[in-house]
Amino acid sequence: MEIYKTASQLRSALESGEVSSEEWVKQLIQRIESLDGEINSHLGLDKESALGQAKAADQRRANGESLGALDGIPISLKNNMAIKGQKLTCGSHILENFESPYDATVVEKLKAAGAVIFGRLNMDEFAMGSSNETSYFGTTRNPWNLERTPGGSSGGSAAAVAAGFCPVSLGSDTGGSIRQPASFCGVYGLKPTYGRISRYGLVAFASSLDQIGPLAREVDDLADVLTAVSGLDPKDSSSYPETVTGGSSELNGEVKPVIGVPKEFFEYPMDEEVLSSVKAAIAYYEKQGCEVREISLPNSHLSVSAYYVIATAEASSNLARFDGIRYTHRSKDAKDLMEVYFKSRGEGFGEEVKRRIILGTFALSSGYHDAYYLKAQKVRTLIREDFSKNFEDGVDLILTPTAPTTAFKIDESIQDPLTMYLNDIFTIPANLAGLPGLSVPCGASSENLPIGFQLIAPHFKEMSLLQAAKLYENGNEAHLVRPPLGN
Amino acid sequence: MSDYEAVIGLEVHVQLKTKSKMFTDAPYYYGAEPNTLTNPVVLGMPGTLPVLNKEAIEKTIQVGLMLGCKIPEVSKWDRKHYFYPDMPKNYQISQYDQPLCEGGAVEIEMLSASRNVMGDHREIALTRIHLEEDVGKLTHTGEMSLVDYNRAGAPLIEIVTEPDIFSPDEAFAFLTALRNNLQFAGMSDCDMEKGQMRCDANVSVRPKGSEKLGTKVELKNLNSISGVRNGLEYEIKRQIHEVKAGGIITQETRRWDADQNMTYVMRTKEEAHDYRYFPCPDLMPIRISEEWKSSLGEALPELPFDRQRRYMEDLKLPYTVTSVLCPNRDLCEFFEAALAVHNNAKGIANILVNNLLSELSEASFGDDQKQLSDLPITPEGLAELIKLVDDAVISNQIAKEVFSEMIQTGKTAGVIVDEKGLKQSSDTGELEGICADMIDANPKAVEQFKAGQEKAINAIKGGVMKATQGKANPKLVDKILREMLS
Repeated sequence: MEIYKTASQLRSALESGEVSSEEWVKQLIQRIESLDGEINSHLGLDKESALGQAKAADQRRANGESLGALDGIPISLKNNMAIKGQKLTCGSHILENFESPYDATVVEKLKAAGAVIFGRLNMDEFAMGSSNETSYFGTTRNPWNLERTPGGSSGGSAAAVAAGFCPVSLGSDTGGSIRQPASFCGVYGLKPTYGRISRYGLVAFASSLDQIGPLAREVDDLADVLTAVSGLDPKDSSSYPETVTGGSSELNGEVKPVIGVPKEFFEYPMDEEVLSSVKAAIAYYEKQGCEVREISLPNSHLSVSAYYVIATAEASSNLARFDGIRYTHRSKDAKDLMEVYFKSRGEGFGEEVKRRIILGTFALSSGYHDAYYLKAQKVRTLIREDFSKNFEDGVDLILTPTAPTTAFKIDESIQDPLTMYLNDIFTIPANLAGLPGLSVPCGASSENLPIGFQLIAPHFKEMSLLQAAKLYENGNEAHLVRPPLGN
Repeated sequence: MSDYEAVIGLEVHVQLKTKSKMFTDAPYYYGAEPNTLTNPVVLGMPGTLPVLNKEAIEKTIQVGLMLGCKIPEVSKWDRKHYFYPDMPKNYQISQYDQPLCEGGAVEIEMLSASRNVMGDHREIALTRIHLEEDVGKLTHTGEMSLVDYNRAGAPLIEIVTEPDIFSPDEAFAFLTALRNNLQFAGMSDCDMEKGQMRCDANVSVRPKGSEKLGTKVELKNLNSISGVRNGLEYEIKRQIHEVKAGGIITQETRRWDADQNMTYVMRTKEEAHDYRYFPCPDLMPIRISEEWKSSLGEALPELPFDRQRRYMEDLKLPYTVTSVLCPNRDLCEFFEAALAVHNNAKGIANILVNNLLSELSEASFGDDQKQLSDLPITPEGLAELIKLVDDAVISNQIAKEVFSEMIQTGKTAGVIVDEKGLKQSSDTGELEGICADMIDANPKAVEQFKAGQEKAINAIKGGVMKATQGKANPKLVDKILREMLS
């Protein structure tokens, strides 16, 4: 039996009776056990719970009570989403022993749709990083090349899907953390519009930028998962009232979007092979009859600077609750309250997290607040306006590279934060503007490392993104190529 | 008197009376077992998010409307950061630069020396009122400190005054008036012992006549309205003493110790927190429409002082009665309902203020505090009782007995009067006989009355009332006695 299935392929197999959800979950567990030792995409997997859920899904199917597209489909989650009774470490020592007492809204919704809540995936500590190297639990390796990083911070989510450990995963994206690893691992990664999917139960990194999204090997799967988990959540005031409806049945790929190509994005230094692959993708769309226009996003060069002020400011606030008092790691050496704070946080957080907390605390401190935080917010407005103008002028979608490089080597950039930060240069603007963005696999480099291009749409136009991606998928095979894992 | 004057500004925190907490549906009330009124949001568990409590926002707007504040079109939420174990997230969601209420004033009354007439009124200007979440409570027990998060996340408003208070007595009057307003409107129970109302004070001194403010000191741990007055009295004396001795007041936070009757330094300016306020990204700003505002305003009751003026002017009730009646919403509503049935404001108000309140306090003990609604008496029942007096069926004296009986038994006034045969006697023939006996029995009083001592007749009247067990119609007795003695 073919184990390397997409969710829609698995659904057909379940429907035809070729395989049961339980059998398939068992096989996935075996695959993870034999192959993930090197890749390290999982922080944990509750086998009993997964098998129980799979059995229940099989039972429903046998009773003719199937819950729909995701019933019985295993979905793995980046370990910054709360699953009741399971560890929620966020890749951090400080939460090493924390079990969530509640389910995130996405988990509730997936359960309601019958999905099997599967693996807990590795990530950069508190989603801060672009390589999964900041995880306290060891770096994740890229299934395409074990010397390389899978990208980050949803590196586990991208690697697990690429390695065939699950058909679909959820990641979170604050500055590119779904799209960049998707690009590095040769899978699709969708960051929906800010507010499209409830953040309740997603451990906050930068609340005004964070957004949960799916990673998969097929566009249809993204649509089905998005349909299941989007929508208004009374527990999240930033969630958007409208749910995505229809799922994959709404996608036909018979669209001819006007595609804007921002000239500034192509002026940054980037790998030649990335550039030529992305250009080929643009040419493909042109051949399909799409109008391709050169456009300008004149303030995009400010986005990384603005992002690292806003994101760190919010992070310094969001991470204040990890203080050694209740559920977090508490230093054994602490002798008084101040030592509980200083030592527990000192021991519990890794270098990159500390760096960002210090940066964000500084940006918000009295006397600097206006010069940094306020200014960054103004830049954010400019960047949002850049996008709006183009969309008002008739551009349907914007196409860019997802990242300037293919997957870099482990240990290559981790000592150089600035270089690492610049890896997010193409993805950050969509977070600052709250726009949906999608990374589409579009080939591999001469070193057999995947390359992706990014599509960005107006707010709440995820289905336009998916339509355009489907148009590409219909005429290309990059998404079908598997990493060389000896299977 | 001193050549110095004090300038005081108050920051009053008041817990709003709402069904659930400020940012989640966990309930809040006083006195629950520690850490039972919590959920993942209250505890700041990773991944949880706040959502706004509409009732708390509406009550805050109502407090603002009551106190004449400007309610802006848009109000927003900010995070205020500092580390302390009573605060689960180590930041408090509060309002920094766009509070729900701006400006406004609280009308106060400075009690007059005699206490029988209305004292001077004036307004204390407010800076702002904002809405935030309360923190938990720490208990220190020897080596350990315990945290109770029941109170964490309870809706809390902070009312900030201008430096517009000039004496501890004014501060006392301000807090009294504020509490009366908020209690009357059902916004909060304002029980300082339960922490439902808490007050910090900023106080400075300056030479009289000076326009410049002195260096201010913040006073904390003022745990009662009297504590505020006492703490301020001490601190003002301390500051004046210091300045007179050529010293300098330093900007600092001091803690009032009510047991030792003194203040001591908690922290200096250098140790002040940098709160690093920034807009809370989890909460959207709120827009307040004119319609929303006006419907909230319409639901508000009359302010206690306005009601007092109305009762005094329109109903001719005396100050001493209205000053008890008006701050108490239950009493006022009861009063007006009884008044609608029987139009004798004085008669009804007197029995409420003089008799009902003492019945209530007799029925209450410790935590078992009785409300008016716990007593088996209705406005209609009270109206019936007063009507019996006004119709000369029973005397005022008997009415008090009947009232007490009504509360004990729940029976109506009419039934009690009938059962106990308490109808007052207007039988002239019978009363004439008793009056004659009493004149005979009190020769001294008769002599004094005839000599022009008007009050001497009361002794004879008292004898008649006693002989009839209070049932004689006092007006009739007076008439008969005067005829007989003339």
